[in-house]
Amino acid sequence: MEFAELIKTPRVDGVVLHRPFMPTVEGTLCLTGHHLILSSRQDNTEELWLLHSNIDYIEKRFVGSLGTIIVKCKDLRIIQLDIPGMEECLNIASSIEALSTLDSVSLMYPFFYRPMFEVVEDGWNMFLPEEAFKEIETLTDEWRLSSVNKDFGVCPTYPQLVAVPKAVDDDTLRKVATFRHGGRFPVLSYYHKKNGMVMMRAGQPLTGTNGRRCKEDEKLINATLRPGKRGYIIDTRAINVAQQAKARGGGFEQEASYPQWRRIHKAIERYNILQESLIKLVEACNDQSQSMDRWLSKLEASNWQTHVKEIVTTACLAAQCIDREGASVLVHGTEGTDSTLQVTSLAQIILDPCCRTMRGFQSLVEREWLQAGHPFQQRCAQSAYSNSKARLEAPVFLLFLDCVWQVLRQFPCSFQFNEHFLVLLFEHAYASQFGTFLGNNAAERLKLKLPQKTVSLWSWVNRPQEMERFLNPLYEPNNLVIWPSVAPQSLLLWEGVFLRWNRSSKCLDEAYDEMVHIIEYNKELQSKVNALRRQLAQLETGDGLLETP
Amino acid sequence: MEHIRTPKVEHVSLIDRASPRKPCVGTLYLTASHSIFVEHDAERHRETWVLHSLVCLVEKLPTTPAGCPLLLRCRNFQVFQFIIPQEKDCQDVHASLTRLSRPERYAELYCFSFNPNTDKEAREEGWSAIDLQAEYRRMGLPNHLWQLTMANRDYRVCDTYPSDLYVPKSVTTPIVVGSSKFRSRGRFPTLTYYHRDNHATICRSSQPLSGFSARCLEDEQMLQAITSSNPGSSFMYVVDTRPKLNAMANRAAGKGYENEDNYSNIRFQFLGIENIHVMRSSQQKMFEVCDLRSPTMTDFLWGLENSGWLKHIKAILDAGVFIARAVAEEGVSVLVHCSDGWDRTAQACSVASLLLDPFYRTLKGLMVLIERDWVSFGHKFSHRYGHLDGDPREVSPVMDQFLECVWQLSLQFPCAFEYNERFLLHLHEQIHSCQFGNFLGNSQKEREELRVRERTHSVWAHLWMNRADYINPLYRPDHSQTQGVLRPATAPYCFKFWRGMYCRSEQVHQRPPTVTDVLTTVREESQQLEAELSAQQEVPRGTAHPPVLSCFLMMCKMEIKLCALHCIFYLLKCRFPCHRGEPESLLQGVARNKLKSSDPDLSTNSDQESGVTDLSCLSPSSGEDSVKDPDSDEAAYSTA
Repeated sequence: MEFAELIKTPRVDGVVLHRPFMPTVEGTLCLTGHHLILSSRQDNTEELWLLHSNIDYIEKRFVGSLGTIIVKCKDLRIIQLDIPGMEECLNIASSIEALSTLDSVSLMYPFFYRPMFEVVEDGWNMFLPEEAFKEIETLTDEWRLSSVNKDFGVCPTYPQLVAVPKAVDDDTLRKVATFRHGGRFPVLSYYHKKNGMVMMRAGQPLTGTNGRRCKEDEKLINATLRPGKRGYIIDTRAINVAQQAKARGGGFEQEASYPQWRRIHKAIERYNILQESLIKLVEACNDQSQSMDRWLSKLEASNWQTHVKEIVTTACLAAQCIDREGASVLVHGTEGTDSTLQVTSLAQIILDPCCRTMRGFQSLVEREWLQAGHPFQQRCAQSAYSNSKARLEAPVFLLFLDCVWQVLRQFPCSFQFNEHFLVLLFEHAYASQFGTFLGNNAAERLKLKLPQKTVSLWSWVNRPQEMERFLNPLYEPNNLVIWPSVAPQSLLLWEGVFLRWNRSSKCLDEAYDEMVHIIEYNKELQSKVNALRRQLAQLETGDGLLETP
Repeated sequence: MEHIRTPKVEHVSLIDRASPRKPCVGTLYLTASHSIFVEHDAERHRETWVLHSLVCLVEKLPTTPAGCPLLLRCRNFQVFQFIIPQEKDCQDVHASLTRLSRPERYAELYCFSFNPNTDKEAREEGWSAIDLQAEYRRMGLPNHLWQLTMANRDYRVCDTYPSDLYVPKSVTTPIVVGSSKFRSRGRFPTLTYYHRDNHATICRSSQPLSGFSARCLEDEQMLQAITSSNPGSSFMYVVDTRPKLNAMANRAAGKGYENEDNYSNIRFQFLGIENIHVMRSSQQKMFEVCDLRSPTMTDFLWGLENSGWLKHIKAILDAGVFIARAVAEEGVSVLVHCSDGWDRTAQACSVASLLLDPFYRTLKGLMVLIERDWVSFGHKFSHRYGHLDGDPREVSPVMDQFLECVWQLSLQFPCAFEYNERFLLHLHEQIHSCQFGNFLGNSQKEREELRVRERTHSVWAHLWMNRADYINPLYRPDHSQTQGVLRPATAPYCFKFWRGMYCRSEQVHQRPPTVTDVLTTVREESQQLEAELSAQQEVPRGTAHPPVLSCFLMMCKMEIKLCALHCIFYLLKCRFPCHRGEPESLLQGVARNKLKSSDPDLSTNSDQESGVTDLSCLSPSSGEDSVKDPDSDEAAYSTA
């Protein structure tokens, strides 16, 4: 096994584990190729199984011959291991460092993980583009599935099949692709059943400084407009950022070339700004000894909540254009793989009740994030504790989940899934035994043969016994568009993620159980009453028979 | 009545702050007690009632083409903006309301004219609903350690204390009198809470008149007696809830704090809660933040930090935690004081009691606690909440802070409190509104002089009658979270901004239902189903009858069942007119119910700023393009 050389000391006895809000455990520490395991070998104490890929950063300390390793995880948990013996401690530390930063994807745990459960429904086949398109086909014939990207030649980050206006042929698409960043020509993201309006997404147009035009691009997006109607282009960058992009060959749609479209700029931050924001926020949450002033000022300075507000606001804007204005919308930023997806996916949560169901939300993540080419592997390589200079890392998906949580909190009955499900997706996006979030786009996933070699997260989550934990007991289908409040006092810090390891959740968990109990008891009573009703109906017909002779 | 210049103004617009471009038009009536706005819309016919005594500021804004805007700010943090077409009418309404909202004499207050249609007996019963003697008995007093002292009969020793007070058994009247002379306003150390489990107590007083060196033998004896009436501990804590600097400054004025050297076996501690002036201006700053139109996240968080409000809430909760820990965990008695011992002392003692004793986390218990630590011990309600036109420097949100501490605790312990947020909000409103006589005046003595028991009604009876509205659906008396002492976390991030209290705007029907709303509805439904089911089980099941008779019985049974089922379906229909998940239907129901009850104002606690609404003012200022949405003010949920 190739990991063996990285593991100098596979086993240490007498290691003491400290975890937040849990009793300390003394036991044997074992390192395997993918896990750090601590077992006390007693029946009733919990063991620790930690994926190396979940480790963000480690710190070493020594007092005499007692070494301490502080393990900071990507799910924001911090644990401490006291290891007797300096050499053992150093060996363990260097092994963890090496094993948690393997550069080859195919060495990652999902390729070695064998499920302990029977895969009833294979998650890899659950949300295929052609399936998702079938429903749209029943509603409109203005769109078609194009296989222009079959070999990923037109756009390396798009899936093989994309939905485009029927009136536009594949040759036109190829030309448009040359005019859009990363070949990301405008494709269908969402079809609003109520009024037939659509949301599209793309990369920025490559107008450059001399205002290049592309007739095919104009034709493509104009093909989505109804006669005499205007559309909206939502550029997720502030106007000055978009202007600056011109110097690097990018840019935005000029009014002159797109007279039927109104462009709106919103300022959603990207990359390292988001990553720094996450680092600052987590640092503030972990500082136990601070005053109220310091906490509020650090929370403010992290800007995290500002990002949340900006994304929700922009998603509301997109939803408003579609639902209220009856206009079609094109969303893009620079690459169209980050802020664009935050906006298009959150707007769908607002507009489409299906996206608020368990399956619908999985389908949304699959469609608007995985197949749409959000580079999960790059973005989630490091989390809040990493010291290395972030280049491609950014908590883009975490911010999206945070926004969904905000809407869920404001509409506690309108979602079929609960907060735990969002937290689960956060964890698995950063470290997982499943292959779902590996790779950066459909092409990479195909090349890695993920569907053949790994198990899908969806295969596991959708088993009835797992799913139960993630269902919202208050759920009542709500077919309306839900408009969240974006006032600062309505947007809270997502404690379930950011304070999860800093406060005991016992009382809140108890409250959740109590809530489940109340709902279940009610259902039980309802079914009793229904049973009586049936009994009564039988009595009635029985009596009728008695009386007729 | 003589203050009402115009009893009725037509064609007035009421502006909803969330959607200012869609006003409702109607008629504004001024009565002796309320401003009533009746909407003209034939379908809705909504009424908005604003009690004059709840209005704290009437403001005339510059005239616009639409008319003269008139802003009413209420003490429960609601804001109403009317537009009155005629300048003259606006002036008249402004003048009338300004006068009506600032009564000069107690007799003008609403509680003396409020008549809820109950007879004399019911009123008296209402006043005896909360009985402090019963409360002391519940705690186990008097006993072999503590006795009722007669010293303050007829308020001879201290006119801001109640007449019935508990002191250690060994304390004689001369000691009480001597100690009271050594304490600000005669507020000598006396018991407020007795912890049955270990005999430790919380006592309260005002600051000693120690100056730099003064001593008082009786006061020292008093504290010694308190220490010795706790057999479990050889010392007691003396807690000064003020910041050390403030307490030291008081020494120059001949007041101050206890010198550990002069008292045997005390441990002295400062707790650092700021004074009423700091709290008043802090709350003011927080309102300014809430008032911002479309604030950014930075505006909001910076403003919140700058106001210092949550810091003060934390200081009060920290004080309560210190006292509760001393009593429950160390088994040590605590004497709590500040300057006069009626603001910070009341806060600290009542928060500590709440943490120590599950009783105070019940509906009845919170009433008792407020009656004991606040009403009976002379918290100056009329001064602090500006019941009468008076010195604005006496006004301070002391009680607001206590209620907020309760709310913050209920976030951490969602199953531990029998009452819900609505109860706290309603209580807050009653403290300011003077609809009932409980919070009139500044001491028990004043209330007796005002004869509130004969001339007004008790709020406790009223709240108790409507208790179904105030029950926390997650509360279960036998839940482990409900038992014993609460040990809250007080790290800064545990404290939240109380949106339900401070962001109350005019309309409720745009807010989606909260988890509490839904659970309350579900629980009520369950109770009705239970009742129906048990009613059915009582119908005897007879089969041993002759066929004809049994057939007859069966038919009877059927009829009963049918009847019951009809009831159930009817109830279900009422509960859920359409989808349960549809926000509008549920809340309109709530709003309607509320309008029928005597307090129309409470139904309006919400912040309905929707994304859509905000967008209209968030269009980019760099401004190449922006969405101009003609009806972006529309009710956010009317898209169905």
